[in-house]
Amino acid sequence: MILVGNAVVERNLAAGVENEIHVPIASDQDVVVARHKGRALATELGFSGRDTTLLATAISELARNIVSYAGRGEIVLRTTHNSDRPGVMVVARDKGPGIASIEQALREGYSTSGSLGLGLPGVRRLVDEFEIVSEFGEGTTVTVRKWKG
Amino acid sequence: MEVPILKQGEILIATVQAALTDSDLLQLRCALVEKVAQARARGIIIDVTAMDVMDSFASRTMREMAHMIRLRGAETVIVGIQPDVAFAMVQLGLSMGGHDGCRPGRRSGVLTPKFTG
Repeated sequence: MILVGNAVVERNLAAGVENEIHVPIASDQDVVVARHKGRALATELGFSGRDTTLLATAISELARNIVSYAGRGEIVLRTTHNSDRPGVMVVARDKGPGIASIEQALREGYSTSGSLGLGLPGVRRLVDEFEIVSEFGEGTTVTVRKWKG
Repeated sequence: MEVPILKQGEILIATVQAALTDSDLLQLRCALVEKVAQARARGIIIDVTAMDVMDSFASRTMREMAHMIRLRGAETVIVGIQPDVAFAMVQLGLSMGGHDGCRPGRRSGVLTPKFTG
């Protein structure tokens, strides 16, 4: 039994390592790479075309925020599971200026960069789970999850 | 990747071949705004069938492009937005709007739509 348990843990660990993809983000080219890798991972998990496109669009927005606001950072893509469904977890991380007011950034129509200001509230609607941690002057980490429908 | 622009009568047709980076989109905007007078075009068709993602930057650039092209005397029609892409755009809160000269084509196979003005 213990051996079986260990084997399962080992397999999960191996699967975890295998399915974690780090994409460094520093230019608009990297935005395209990140969303392609996200699309590939979702397709591999059997996501529908629609959910795959929603996820790829969310990754595109998050990666572009890194380029526009922080200059550089990374996108980490990982497979994840809730009780019965597989999903994709996306972590968008940067050490940029951080967000002064998260509440304001999540409000429709708010922007500090002269863009449409739809970034974060829009991304939130594209995914199932959305978390943001930001320390002013320290950087921002946005974590989103989308489950297979 | 550069987007090829073909001239057919009074119409310029730009067919996107693969995913575009932000700089590709800006380059396309530049090229079309430049060529519209050179080619004495009355209409521009942008075929986005190959675009698997239309995010806020892409749709903003398309809208601005259509506005600039209108100022140069021609109309823009976007054709070939994929169903999943349309779904994602609406969820994201984006629109191509009719207010600034950019309208989606009703049939993706249209080659000679009637341009007004």
